[in-house]
Amino acid sequence: MEKHVVVIYPHPDDESFGAAGTISEFREKGVPVTYLCGTLGEMGRNMGSPTFANRETLPEIRKEELIKASEALDIELQMLGYRDKTLEFEDLTKVANHLKGILEDIKPSLVITHYPDHAVHPDHNALGAAAVEAVRMMDESNRPIVWAQAITNNYYEDLGKPDVINDIRPYFNKKMEAILAHKSQADGMLGKFKENSEIAADMEEAAKERLGTEQFYIWKY
Amino acid sequence: MNPIEIESVQQQLESFIDKDVYVHLETTNGAYASHFDDKAYNVGAYIRNAKVRFSQAKIVGNGKSYRAGLKMEFGWIYAEGLSDWTIHGDNQLLLAGHDREGRLMVSLEISEVPFRY
Ligand SMILES: [Zn+2]
Repeated sequence: MEKHVVVIYPHPDDESFGAAGTISEFREKGVPVTYLCGTLGEMGRNMGSPTFANRETLPEIRKEELIKASEALDIELQMLGYRDKTLEFEDLTKVANHLKGILEDIKPSLVITHYPDHAVHPDHNALGAAAVEAVRMMDESNRPIVWAQAITNNYYEDLGKPDVINDIRPYFNKKMEAILAHKSQADGMLGKFKENSEIAADMEEAAKERLGTEQFYIWKY
Repeated sequence: MNPIEIESVQQQLESFIDKDVYVHLETTNGAYASHFDDKAYNVGAYIRNAKVRFSQAKIVGNGKSYRAGLKMEFGWIYAEGLSDWTIHGDNQLLLAGHDREGRLMVSLEISEVPFRY
């Protein structure tokens, strides 16, 4: 059984769309989970129709949503204070050292992050790379296992079958609760799944098809 | 935000003339454009808290979509596709354009103090 799980993603909602089922399963087993959230998604585009947010109010709105989602998932939350869309321009070693310091405090047995270069958004790739590097810099005997999540359209072809394939349908309602806590983001994203899914008759089916499994590669050091 | 009222916005723009002000200027089609549609391109640019001074400011449009131009000593600041406005906090003028789903496409903001975050 895991001792403590640390989830490292850059945006409020990455944890809910990407790993909420896996997180719920750990929490059900009593494993502590901490989410290190890189940014506040300050540069998000969904302002609602009619608009409920603007560029200047969005960070506060997303921060509140993030806190709500963390409560729904019953996890500890730490906000890292970087700015949306800028992570790839930060000094990788500095960010890695920042993460390493936190990991040495928490001493997790497992870290979940994005798979560098296979995570679509530049922030995902950059923070994933920093997390992988942070663990690499740790003393080998203290290193947690790293699960890296790939979300590109072609990751299966490039990386092969993921090492960890979690059927999270038993936790689907919990996952939807967490996703819907990110009110400003959920509508846009769920709508996209619907647009892109020919089979799914309604949004819930589309979401289930798209969000019912969570897959990870075990990083090889 | 509310649909742009050209006279009010013009008045607000003029209140910043010949002052040192901070500008946020942005355009984007989102980081996932080419992920969801492989024929689409990701484009975007933003500059945040650029300190500028302009001597003329004008908003022009057809009642739905507006353009704004700010004339500086050595150049211009320009935005098109603006449809909504609001005053944020003390006295920050926010102008933005959104698509049908409420996604921000363009934004021009002016303030006498730096924008937060
Ligand atoms: Zn993200």
